[in-house]
Amino acid sequence: MKGPRGDRWCLALLFALMIATAVASIRFGAMDFSFSDMAAAAWGWLSGAAGLSLDQRIFINLRVPRALLCLLVGACLGAGGTLMQGLFRNPIVEPGLVGTSSGAAFGASLFYVFGALFKVNLGAWTLPVSACAGGVISTYVVFTLAQTRNEGRSSILRLLLTGLAINALFMSGIGFLSYVARDPAARSIIYWNLGTLSGADWNSVLVVGAATAAGLAPAIALAKPLNALMIGEEEAAALGVNVRRLKWTVLSINVLMVAVATAFTGVISFVGLIVPHILRILRGPDNRFLITGSALLGGILLSLADLIARVTLRPAELPIGIVTAVVGVPVFLSLLSSRDYLS
Amino acid sequence: MLAAENLVFRAGSRLLIDHVSAAFEPGLLHLIIGPNGAGKSTLIRILARLLRPAEGRVLYDGRDVASQSARDLARRRAMLSQAVEVAFSLPVRELVLMGRYPHFTARPGAGDEQVCDEVMKFFGLAGMADRCYGTLSGGERQRVQFARVLAQIWRPVEGATRILFLDEPLTFLDILHQIDFMNKIRGFAAQKDAVVVGVVHDLNLAARFADRLLLLHQGRILAEGPPPGVLVEEHLRPAFGVAPVLIRDAATGKTHLVFEDRGPA
Repeated sequence: MKGPRGDRWCLALLFALMIATAVASIRFGAMDFSFSDMAAAAWGWLSGAAGLSLDQRIFINLRVPRALLCLLVGACLGAGGTLMQGLFRNPIVEPGLVGTSSGAAFGASLFYVFGALFKVNLGAWTLPVSACAGGVISTYVVFTLAQTRNEGRSSILRLLLTGLAINALFMSGIGFLSYVARDPAARSIIYWNLGTLSGADWNSVLVVGAATAAGLAPAIALAKPLNALMIGEEEAAALGVNVRRLKWTVLSINVLMVAVATAFTGVISFVGLIVPHILRILRGPDNRFLITGSALLGGILLSLADLIARVTLRPAELPIGIVTAVVGVPVFLSLLSSRDYLS
Repeated sequence: MLAAENLVFRAGSRLLIDHVSAAFEPGLLHLIIGPNGAGKSTLIRILARLLRPAEGRVLYDGRDVASQSARDLARRRAMLSQAVEVAFSLPVRELVLMGRYPHFTARPGAGDEQVCDEVMKFFGLAGMADRCYGTLSGGERQRVQFARVLAQIWRPVEGATRILFLDEPLTFLDILHQIDFMNKIRGFAAQKDAVVVGVVHDLNLAARFADRLLLLHQGRILAEGPPPGVLVEEHLRPAFGVAPVLIRDAATGKTHLVFEDRGPA
């Protein structure tokens, strides 16, 4: 079905799928909970009963926030990918490409290796704050360096290449840190770079939730100007779009969502790249559908990946970065080969 | 009425537009001609407020464009460029509807859909509504882009002249479509509330279709006025470095230009 009505149906379907994945991901894991267990735990928690069993506390304080964090982080990465591909008018962009995620990873690695020397100690917040700061700083560096002198605007290609270069620089910094680090720190760095949701708790859900809401609400309003940008910067300007302001708004939203999400979960690649493509193949490139749709599908994909990461080797779990690609690539490649998407 | 006052534009230390003043009247087709690097595209972009001049100002109906909102401007001013690249493959109708973006907030209204229908019919695109832009030929793409641009200013705007800019719109068209395009442009320019300013390379098309010509050379206006007074040897030789041979067609009264077979001196 085409048009706005079809879009609404499709979003409703994605929303239902998201709920279903979320339910599956709180039900299964290192330990399975039946629906009656889940209901009992939720009832006990909501009614403020003091006597929650250990299992019930695991469910309420670990399993549920983890499922929610998956949805939120997936939404950030999916929507971030759509925004950045739209802004750069380029299908190979992923949200971390302008330095955000490698900078965040470098900030986190610094914390793991030299955290004890940090002058400011924010307790449990030190890791996310240093990762987030790293992401914001590196993105800012990329933008400053990519500013062209004569026209005062960042040409797209220059921005991408600067992003690649700065990414390489931060990756070598991370490599150096993990090389000099002693074992628990070195292992943490590797683990963090593959992404993990095992640190999920209600605090991280609240912070990432706030960042997601603060990013998604204005992003949805940018759909129309981003559509206009499909036909070029000058053409969009002729249609009344303030391209410069659009660029800065999109980039700020993306940095906010990606830096905060990465700060709590580590580097999760690939979701932000393929989610927008999957939806574009299925329903075309209209951003009025794509931004919300990719937030939902990003959440679905990350929840599924996390579920698989938790149940494959249980009670141990895989880093999620390994699973996202294994789940996403076959779907992506089969859609890519079955449609004339790139013509 | 569109007026330019003393425009100056620099790229680094190079002076691309050197104190240009000009007036463009409604109801007439104005074409800017000149050799490569004369500043034609720069001038038309300044007039459309897509570039900001270092000095001088552009006035639409006597009001400085620098003080107007981008959206208000977009409801009355449209610009067709050569070779628009579309990043993701869109259906033709969606692209034409983009021309209505300045006129609606979230979703197009019935009026916008109707304008879209009319414009697509005008350009013979009615049967192509669902085709993907990426699968069209170069000439078809240019027609779709022209339809999008005209959709933007298809209806008269209360209290304002509509202004259409064309930057080498004929580049990818064969001769039949070039003439068809120029006739459509003339038709639009004949309206009392429409100013049309275009840049073209082909001097014969300029001679045949323009009401007023503006010959630009090294960022300055070398000559302006009706074509017969502009397309003469004393203007064309310094500007283009070749001398024209003017052939007058007794049947139509039109002048055709042929050039000496001699490269740049």
